[in-house]
Amino acid sequence: MSYLPFAVAAWLFAVGLYGIVTSRHLIHLVICLSVLQSSTYVLLLAIGYRTGASAPIFVEIPPGAPVVDPVVQALTLTNSVVAATVSALLLALAVQVHKKAGTFDPDELDILHG
Amino acid sequence: MELLHGLVLVFVAVGGTAVVLTRDPLAQSMVVSFYGMLLGILFFVFQAPDVALSQLVVGAVALPMMILLALAKAKAEKQ
Amino acid sequence: MSFNSRRNLFFLGMLGFGVLYLWGLKGLPDFGRYEGVYGITLNKVAVAQTHATNLVAAVTFDYRGFDTLGEEFILFAAVVGVAILLRAQRDEAATADEEAEESKDESRSAPHTSDAVRVLGLALIGPTVLFGLYVVAHGHLTPGGGFSGGVVLATAALLVYLTGEYVALRRVSPESLTELAESVGAGGYAAVGFLGLLAGQAFLTNVLPLGTTGQLNSSGTILLINLAVSVEVAGGFSLILAEFLEQTLLVRERKHG
Repeated sequence: MSYLPFAVAAWLFAVGLYGIVTSRHLIHLVICLSVLQSSTYVLLLAIGYRTGASAPIFVEIPPGAPVVDPVVQALTLTNSVVAATVSALLLALAVQVHKKAGTFDPDELDILHG
Repeated sequence: MELLHGLVLVFVAVGGTAVVLTRDPLAQSMVVSFYGMLLGILFFVFQAPDVALSQLVVGAVALPMMILLALAKAKAEKQ
Repeated sequence: MSFNSRRNLFFLGMLGFGVLYLWGLKGLPDFGRYEGVYGITLNKVAVAQTHATNLVAAVTFDYRGFDTLGEEFILFAAVVGVAILLRAQRDEAATADEEAEESKDESRSAPHTSDAVRVLGLALIGPTVLFGLYVVAHGHLTPGGGFSGGVVLATAALLVYLTGEYVALRRVSPESLTELAESVGAGGYAAVGFLGLLAGQAFLTNVLPLGTTGQLNSSGTILLINLAVSVEVAGGFSLILAEFLEQTLLVRERKHG
């Protein structure tokens, strides 16, 4: 049980990367990248979790009560929003590629054939 | 509580796999929205309500929306 | 590289990753037993130091404020990148459209919005804006803050579009306004940082009066930075939305107008 969160994080990383490697569609690729990114969120939050502790919001709990680690949550919070704008940038690039090359399939792009 | 964690984690793993294995981006935008919601629930049970909230609005709304718009734009350009 | 060799390379890489990951896991505490020094210290002192009850906001906008400034500029750069990429296409499309004005094709235009979607969308716009503002304003007290609240505010613009009021969307989020919001938000964050320098302290030091813990008007610069971030995120996401929508809007307007 105690290793399940770390196993899930590794699984999401592997499955996201597998999707990227085998992708035949640039938009599919961007979505797989977002799955890969989410593996880091699961890993960070799993590391910072403490059994029996509350969320780090001191509104209805007394000062000094055990709470989970706020540092990893702050890392994840900003990242999830910034990652979405980066996904938007990649989607815009994919649309641009589709306009220039007429296809979303990375294998059909001449420019990628070295 | 432990059981809840395990259950949600397994759901997230299955959801991520489903997102990758859905090869049609239009269908995938719906699956990824559901996956974003599962992640939000996971962060909530991990006692991270801040992250859960931002994951819900980004993963379940903003990202699928941008995917749909990109697909619509590419379709419009095809004509 | 062929499909199969690419996949084999992936499995080889995963093998290496798996070994390194297991090695790394050995150094990590068990799930639920984390004793990070920073987290435990912050849990003890942060509320007294910053007067913010949401420790995540205190860490994001104060203790790690400089790092968040960097993230802020990644966001800014990404949004500017989207705008540049899609705008170049729009200009090309506009010239092409003038030439092909005669041959309009129906399949390009968006389907007509149903009445149910319009009514529900209209009914939800107000609550969405209100909820977004609430999430932003209470970021230093309860879960939420500028990042998630900003995205909620931007989805209100999407609702305006869904109701079919594309002219109204232009009016509530004209390009110049969203651009301005994005830049002012990004610049405002840095400007708040300079307050610390003016007071003779380090960049981004929380120099403003902290107020009473738990009150809306508390926690000094955390509140200000939170507001700047919300303005930037809301502006940035509305701009992305508008840039992606522009093509469809042009088509619709021509059809109906």
